[in-house]
Order: sequence, then structure tokens, then C-alpha cells
Amino acid sequence: MPSRPVREAINAILLLLPALLILIAFRIIPILLSVRMSLYDWGMAGPRSFVGLGNYLEVLKDPMFYKSLLNTGWYIIFEVPVTIFFSLFIALLLNQRIRGLSVYRTIYYLPVVTSIVAVSVVWKWLLHPERGVFNYFLSLADITGIRWLQDPRGIFQLILGSHGNNLPYALRGPSIALISLVLMGIWKALGYNIVLFLAGLQNIPKTYYEAARIDGASRFKTFWKITWPLLSPTTYYVLIMSSIAAFETFAQVWIMTGPPPGGPLGTTKVVMYYFYENAFELWRLGYGAAIAFIAFLIILCLTILQRLVLEKKVHYG
Amino acid sequence: MAKRTVRNLPVHLLLIMGSVSMLLPFYWMVVTSLKTPLEALLFPPTWIPAKWQFSNYLEVFRQIPLWRYLGNTVLITLLSVAGILFTGIPAAYAFARLRFPGREVLFMLLLALMMIPLPVYLVPSYMILYRLGWIDTYAAMIVPWIVNIFSIFLLRQHIRQLPQDLFDAARIDGLSTLQTLLRIVIPLCRAPIATIIVFNVISSWNSFFWPLIVTNSDHIRPLQVGLAYFSREQSTNYTLLMAATTLSIIPLVILFFIAQKQIIQSQARAGLKE
Repeated sequence: MPSRPVREAINAILLLLPALLILIAFRIIPILLSVRMSLYDWGMAGPRSFVGLGNYLEVLKDPMFYKSLLNTGWYIIFEVPVTIFFSLFIALLLNQRIRGLSVYRTIYYLPVVTSIVAVSVVWKWLLHPERGVFNYFLSLADITGIRWLQDPRGIFQLILGSHGNNLPYALRGPSIALISLVLMGIWKALGYNIVLFLAGLQNIPKTYYEAARIDGASRFKTFWKITWPLLSPTTYYVLIMSSIAAFETFAQVWIMTGPPPGGPLGTTKVVMYYFYENAFELWRLGYGAAIAFIAFLIILCLTILQRLVLEKKVHYG
Repeated sequence: MAKRTVRNLPVHLLLIMGSVSMLLPFYWMVVTSLKTPLEALLFPPTWIPAKWQFSNYLEVFRQIPLWRYLGNTVLITLLSVAGILFTGIPAAYAFARLRFPGREVLFMLLLALMMIPLPVYLVPSYMILYRLGWIDTYAAMIVPWIVNIFSIFLLRQHIRQLPQDLFDAARIDGLSTLQTLLRIVIPLCRAPIATIIVFNVISSWNSFFWPLIVTNSDHIRPLQVGLAYFSREQSTNYTLLMAATTLSIIPLVILFFIAQKQIIQSQARAGLKE
């Protein structure tokens, strides 16, 4: 009879075994294999040749890769802050012992549980340039002719009018088509962030607010001196999660843009779509693996950077 | 009470405006699905169908195997979630309560694994599934997803907070590890288990990228992939597209209305725990 610690360890291994076997087969081995594949010219069929860092160099030389990074970058820069602003605003409105709180919360949360595929199909119809309901509303205000998902012109380019055409590509801003995806992304993500902010707001002790009221602080001041700093862990969490989710934008592009997807003129081709296209449409698996690693490295660096810059400002009570 | 409602009137106005914009896409989806193709293309559009065309829904079933897609999704969802509980509960218990060498290191490794994004392991996973002959099978959509690290993490946190006395008493009563798991841990983990079920049902039901890649034939596709292909093939047939989309979201919307409090509260809690 083995001793108790030995028995306990054996039991633990037996309990962990199913989970570990699956993780080894479908996570750990693939991750290691991915390193190897990225060093080969690896297609679905035909001979494979070792190319060393060739795939990585090729990715870094491909203008489309930088274009996709730029598109993803614009998407994050426009979607994440706007979503945070509106969701915090709505959470603040909901946080004042309002009647019908659960009804509102349910309504705002509905897009979160709806699949991105369904949402994309519906929004493509809403954004239809001739028959869409969005352009109908805008036509009531005498704004006509916005072609939404079909317009490749950058928004900064449009704002500057005729001078805009002289802007270098990287400064033209996200295309109207990409902005269409951003609008949908905001609509879909709002409820998720509202719930997180509401939970964060309810964690702030009421005594702070009572003290502020006795001191006669204005609403504005109360927000900046109490709510905002004490809410910063939630805001930080929301920022990280929203950025990661925005980086993973894919289904929208597959369903709503083009043909070919990623259009018009590649202005909605985000990193995830660029990866998908190379790995699973052109079947350049080794090249795809290299894209995945480079993208992962970029996410990792950005997360660490966000942490270094923002962590000091986060107030953990 | 009435006084407070009046004072909050501007707040309600803002919230109602927001709610209308949240609901408008859903309203437009349902209304379009009930119009004739000709009426759907009218501009300015009509807010209520002039002629209610319920037959759009029947037409969807004629054009695509929607029952088949639905059945596939239900099967994949049920088996994945069952698998997640089967692998997750014992693993969480081991991490929370059993002592073995390398426990903390292994747990940290798991958490690190959770941070690695899908594209990094997608390409070689495809190769592995291909070698196994699993491409275009249910197994390819289920087996790689029967472990969910976040669920293990959530359960472990809960089991760690259970009082030690319970486990001491179990040992004195001579309960084996398995008996302790079945008779003590599981009954006391109903709330986190419900959270895990709800979350994984939603994410499994809505998953798109993975099934898109590992399936080729129509009869094996889950709802999301089937709908996405339908939207490409019928890109201008808006009434049918909206009818198919409405049908595809009904099951989850019902689940949401039944379990909404649970879903929203557990999401808030899961967010705060990290």
C-alpha cells in the first residue's frame, strides 16, 4: 500500500488526465508543430522544403501584411475608445437606482448573445447603399449617397476634401467600409462592457459618495475624483479585453465585405483575414503559421506596453 | 416613487433612445423576413409589411437544410459542453484540493496556454485533424474543444473556497477521492457549473471560425457556417436571408430570456475575478 501523499498524487494525475491528454494533443503539440511549420515551405501537397526564417522575412516584406496591420490598428483605435465611452456613459445612467434597470440591461445585452454571423448578415442589409434603413434615416436629413461597405475612401481623406487625395496611404484613415464594421462592432460590444462597468460601479463603496455630497462636490468633480480612479481596474480590464476581441475580427469581413472579402481595395482586410486567406485559401500553411507568430508577438508586445503605461495609473483599492 | 421617475425623465429618455438603436436591427430583420421580395426593396421602406409573407420561412427550409444545420449545432454544442464538464470538474478539483508535485507550475502553464490566440495553433491543428482523417467530421468540431481552461479556472476558485472541514469529514468517513468529488464537490458547485454550461453553450453555438475551416460538405455544417454560406450565395435575396437569420437566433434568444439574470451576473463575476 503506497503512502498517502503518493496515493494523493496518483489520484490527482488520474483526475487531470482527460483534460491534459486533450490539451497536449490539440494545444501543446500544435503550438510546437507550428514553430516547425513556420520554418518550412509547407503546402497541403507536394514536397516541403526547409526555408529557415524565409516565411517570416516574406511576411515582413509583404505590403499586404502592413496594410492588414494598419486596418486592424484603425479598427482598434476607433472601436475600443468609443465603445468604452458609450458603455461607461450608459452604465452611469443605469447605476442611479433607476426603474426598469433589468429591462434596459436585457435590451443592451441582446446583441452580445447574438452570433456574429447573424449580426453581420443583418447589418449588411441595414447598410445597403440604395435600400438600407440607415441611408433612409440619413436621407431624412438630406444626406444621401453614402456607400458604406463599398466605399474605400479614408475618412481623413474625405474630411480634407480635394487635398485629401494627396495624403499618404497610411494617413488617409480607415475607409468608410471599415468604419461600417466599427459601427457594428460598437453596437455588438456595448452590452458586454456595460455589464462589466455596472459591476465595477457597484463595487465602489457608497461612503465615498456620501462624503463627496457633504463636501458639496459637483457631479462632474465626483466623477473625476472618485468614480474614474476607483473604476480604473474595470476600465483597464475592459480595455485589454476589447482590444483582444477587436484584433480577432474575422467573421464580419468574411460575410459583409467584397467580393472579394477584405474589399473594397483591401481596406477591410484585417490581420485575421490576411492570415485565413494565406493559410486556408491559398493553402500556404507554413507562411500562415509565420503570420500567426508575428501577429501573436505584436499582441503580446502591445499588451505588455499597455500594462507598463497604464498599470501605474490603475488604482487597486 | 413617482417623483423619482419624473426627476429621472431625461435619463430614461437617453436610455430609451439607446434601447431603440439596440433593437432596431432586430426589428428590421424580423420585418424584412415577413415582406414580399418586392416590398423589401421599396425606398422609402415600409415599417410594417403591407402583405405578411409568412411563406418566406417555408421557402428557407426548401432552399437550405436548416433542420440539418440546427441538428448539427445542437449535437456539437451538447457534446462539447458535456465534455467540458467531464474534463473540467475533476481537473479543477485536483488543482484545488489535492497535493501533488508541480501543481502550481502546471496550473500556471494552463493559464499561459489560455492566452495563446487561436491562429497560433489553428494551422497545425488542421494538419493533425487531416492526418487523423477527421476533416469534415463531427469529431473535428467537438474533440479539440472538450477542454475549456477558463472553466477549470472558475471552478478551481470556487472549490478552493469550500470549507476544509467538509473534506476532513469526508476523509474520516472513508470516502475515496472519486466519492468526495461526486458526493461533496459537485453538489456544492451547482452555481459555477451552471455558469460554465451557459457560457459554453453560447460560445459553442455561436462559433464560426473553427467549423468554417474543418468542414467542407454542406450536411455537416453547423448553423453559423451554413447561414454564412447561404448569405454569400443569396446575397441579394433579403427576405429569405432575414428569415433564415431570424430562425438561427431564436433558440439562443429564448435561452437568453430564460437565463438572462444568470448570464449577465456570471459574466460580471467572471470579469471581476480575473
